[in-house]
This record gives sequence, C-alpha cells and structure tokens, in this order.
Amino acid sequence: MEPVLAIVVGVLYAAAFYLMLRRSIVKLIIGLVLLGNAANLLIFTAAGLTRGSPPLVPLDQTRPLGPIADPLPQALILTAIVIGFGVLAFAMVLVYRTYQTTGTDDIDQITATDK
Amino acid sequence: MNALLISPIIIPLLAALLALLAWHWRQVQRLIALAATSVHLVCGASLLSAVAEHGIQSTQMGNWPAPFGITIVADQFSAIMVFLAGFMGLAVVCYSIASIDRGRESFGYYPFLLILLMGVCGAFLTGDLFNLYVWFEVMLMASFVLLALGGGRDQMEGAIKYVTLNLVSSAFFLAGAGILYGLAGTLNMADLAVKLRSTTQYELVTAVGMLFFIAFGIKAAAFPLFFWLPASYHTPPVAISAIFSGLLTKVGVYSLIRTFTLLFAGDAGYTHNLILVIAGLTMVTGVLGAVAQYDFRRLLAFHIVSQIGYLLMGLGLLTAAALAGAVYFMIHVIISKAALFLVSGIVYRYAGSYDLKKLGGFSESHPWLAILFIIPALSLAGIPPLSGFFAKLALIQAGLQIEQYAIVAAALAVSILTLFSMTKIWAEVFWKEPPDASKSDTPRGAPAPLAAALLFGPIALMAAVIVIIGIGAESVFALAARAAEQLMDPAEYVQAVLGARP
Repeated sequence: MEPVLAIVVGVLYAAAFYLMLRRSIVKLIIGLVLLGNAANLLIFTAAGLTRGSPPLVPLDQTRPLGPIADPLPQALILTAIVIGFGVLAFAMVLVYRTYQTTGTDDIDQITATDK
Repeated sequence: MNALLISPIIIPLLAALLALLAWHWRQVQRLIALAATSVHLVCGASLLSAVAEHGIQSTQMGNWPAPFGITIVADQFSAIMVFLAGFMGLAVVCYSIASIDRGRESFGYYPFLLILLMGVCGAFLTGDLFNLYVWFEVMLMASFVLLALGGGRDQMEGAIKYVTLNLVSSAFFLAGAGILYGLAGTLNMADLAVKLRSTTQYELVTAVGMLFFIAFGIKAAAFPLFFWLPASYHTPPVAISAIFSGLLTKVGVYSLIRTFTLLFAGDAGYTHNLILVIAGLTMVTGVLGAVAQYDFRRLLAFHIVSQIGYLLMGLGLLTAAALAGAVYFMIHVIISKAALFLVSGIVYRYAGSYDLKKLGGFSESHPWLAILFIIPALSLAGIPPLSGFFAKLALIQAGLQIEQYAIVAAALAVSILTLFSMTKIWAEVFWKEPPDASKSDTPRGAPAPLAAALLFGPIALMAAVIVIIGIGAESVFALAARAAEQLMDPAEYVQAVLGARP
C-alpha cells in the first residue's frame, strides 16, 4: 500500500505546484488545497500503515492485543484538515475581494505593490 | 507557577473574546486591549524573572505526562521573547488607539491584534512541534485578517502574496513534522532531542531539517524566500506593519534557533554552514534592496530582511557567544525596527506621504520626531553606545573567534550600507528643504494632546530602551548569555520537560 500512496503524494505535490505556477488566481487556490492534502497524506503514509487493527482496547483488557494502527497521525491530520479548511475559506473570500477590487484574476496583473 | 506559564496565552485569548463581545463599543474594545496588553507585559516580566531565578519552567497541559501530552515550557530565550511580545503589544495598542481609523476598529482590529499576540506567545512557549504548527496557524490567521482589513487595492494584492507564501511554508512545516513523527515516533521537542541524538539515520534527519529550514526560512524572510515581505509589509496601516516587523518574522527566527539547536544540531558541519551562507546572502540582498527604495516603509521592510541575516549569522556560527549575540540582537532589532516604523507613521500623519522625495524639513518643523528617529536609526546601523553596536560587536567577535572571516566581512559591509540607508532617510525626510506643499497629499494638523501622547509615548519609550540596553549592555547581555547557554546544552531543557528520566 505504501508505494501506491507514495506515488499519490508525489502526484499531488506535482499537481499542486503546477497549478500554483499558473497565472489564474483560482488555480492558485486549487493548488494550495492540493498542497495541504498532499502534506496530510504524507503524514499518514510516513507514520506507517497498519491495516485492519483499529486502536481499540478490548473490554476486559488494559492494553490492546498485538500491534495496532497509530491513532496520533490521524489526530494530527484531522487538526490540519480543520485548520486548512478555515484558511481556505479565508483565502477564497480574499481572492473574491481581490477580484472585485482589481478587476482581474491574472496574477501577472497584480503588481501594484511591486512598483 | 503553572498559571504564570500559560498566562501569556490565556490573557490575550480572554481579552480577545471580551473584545468580540463588545463588538459595537469601540471605546470598550480599546480599554480591553490596553488593559490586557498591560497585564500581559507584567506577566511577561514576572515569567522572565522567574526563569532567570529558578531555571527552565515547564508545565504539562491536561496533566498528561511529558512525551504524550502537550508541554508548555519557558527557557530563558522563550521568556525574553514573551516579554518582548508583551512590550510590543502594549506599545502598538497605544499607538493604534491614536492612529487606527474608525472602520478598522469597528471590524475587529483589536480582537485580531490580541489573537495575534496569543499565537506569537504560544509559539514561543510550546514544547511540542505539532503544537508549534497550530500556533503558527493561529498567528497567521490573525495576521491575514489584519493585513487585509480595510481592503484597499494595495492591501489586497499584498495579502494574496503574503497568504500564498505562508500557506506554502505551512505545508512544508506539516510535511516535515509528519516525516519526523514517522522517524522518531514523537513530536515532543525534548523527547525528539533525545531520540534524534541516538538515531542512525543521519541523512534523513538532515533532510527533514532542511524541510523545516525552508518552512521557517519563508516565515523569517530569509534569502531567497524573502520576496513576499517587501511586497506586503508596507500595505497595511503602520501600527500593523510595526507589530508584524517586530514579531512575525522573529517567530520564524525563534523557531529556526529552537529547532536547529535542539533537534537538528547533529550534522552541524553541513546545516549550520548552509545557514551561515544564507545569513550572508540575506544581509546583503536585504540591504541592497533597501538602497534602491524611495518609499519610507518599503525601505524599512527591506531592512527587516537584512537584519534577519544577522540573527541567522548567530545561529550559523553555533557557539555560545554567537547565540548570545543573536539573542541580544533579537532584543535590539525588535525594538529598533518597530520604533522606526512607528516614526514613519507619524511622518505620514503630518505630511500625508511615505515617498521620501515628497517629504522634507522635519528636523526644523518637528525636532522631537527627528530625535526619536535618529536614535533607533543609528542603533540599527550599529553606532555606539546604542544597543545595535553591542549586538553587532558580539556577533562579529563570535565570528572572529572561530575564524569565519567571510561572514564577518559581510556583516561589517552591510552595517555601512545600513548607515547609508538611514542617512538617506535622514537627509530626505529631516534635513532637505520641504518640497512644494501643493504637491503633497492632504496633510493633517497636529494631533490632540492625548493622541500625541499615545503616538509619541511608545516611540519615546522604545528610544529610551534602546539607549538603556546600550549603556547597560552588560546586564542584558548576561541574560542573553544565559539563554545561549541553555540553547547550546539541551540537557537542561530535556530535564525540565521530561523530568528525571535519562
């Protein structure tokens, strides 16, 4: 499973950077979304995959039997997803307001601060 | 003890909530912000003295024992930074009350400023790598809003660049944290410090270290990833520029110093030499960028980049003396830089422009402002007996001790160019004959006495601090040396977090 996920992570990163290098501001945002997802999937993969053994302790035990999936990376990813969602909501409003203010969605036209 | 450690996080949080409840009452929001930052400063001061007296303090959130729960830990370096954050918070709130327009105040300026302070202090105090990521996001979210609040064209365009680059940096940070967890099975920094020292996978650790270097390098505005800073820092009102310049990039540098002394010090020959090269390039490109500028705030923004180079130089040299120099430099540059930004705001208030070519004659019309400018400006350039001189002296001595002549030469040359830049502002804004009044935008008259006190008070205080920590450099330097000692030897930090375990 790891090799497949590794390739998916790589493709996501590549797609994210490709989109961010485009001139359209909407594609920039989509690129940022993919970048966040790629990082989340990377955490998931890097922490190691354990199939079919959820981190549950049987009722009459005090510790789980045998190796279990590590729940912490999933908690980390969950936090990162929530943060990413908030940031994304902000970024979309920002892009929309920028479009309203500048009248363009072309990043090459957004140069007022560089002059 | 517990309460004191988390107070720099809790106080701004509570105050921000209260200020949100008082959404329609701007006066109440101002008072809340003023009271909260005052209390914050007092807490910062008592934390500083507690750490100086009793050593590193730590507390476990939710009473989960150390590697499992989130640790809040304050060593000398963190305590100094928290204190400075409190100082900057209070100064900027005072300045904001007199300078921020009604529109921004009615749309949550103070709550977001307080949340920004919370995020910054959280980043300084946390002992957990993922928690650091969360604090970064808290801080960034508040800064995004502060940067975009008001919504002029410049601000929107600056915000797009700032948001994009910071999100990319966060993605790198997250990826680094994920791989590090896969590698070591922990994200507690003290625990990581122990585990990474006994690891056999040096190459992988160094590679992850580089991911963190990119992530924090973007936030710290280090070469070659600094370009978002001069594109965005001059767009919001000057009070916001001041607190950003004082605290945000410094959080990046703080994180670099923390991780590259505690976690990634194993392959110092490679990583820290790279940091040294980056430090030199950051200094030089920053100051050369500034030379070409004729906008007061853009010029200062490029100087932020250049000063970051000095801080990185302290980290790259990686000796106790160099780190002490970097900590002292941090104290100096936070205060000097913010004071210069605040001065530029007052100049704008009087003359209605940031363009150096349209300004002039301020040494005659506003001699006090000239004095308040020249103290931080000379300090930034490194003229004795101001704080900048001793900061640079410490770094350069540390460089000479271990025979890194290239970086020392760069540091000295950049000092001269900084002086040149500051002289340019001085000549253009203060000495030159004022240009035709008809050309400038709408100038405003003198502020009311209370507003004037709120505008000039923080700058005067900062100028006084610059002189005091310059003349009384020894006691401040002792504090910085103590911080550097703790950074160089992680054993004390590990002991404070993990307890008596080996």
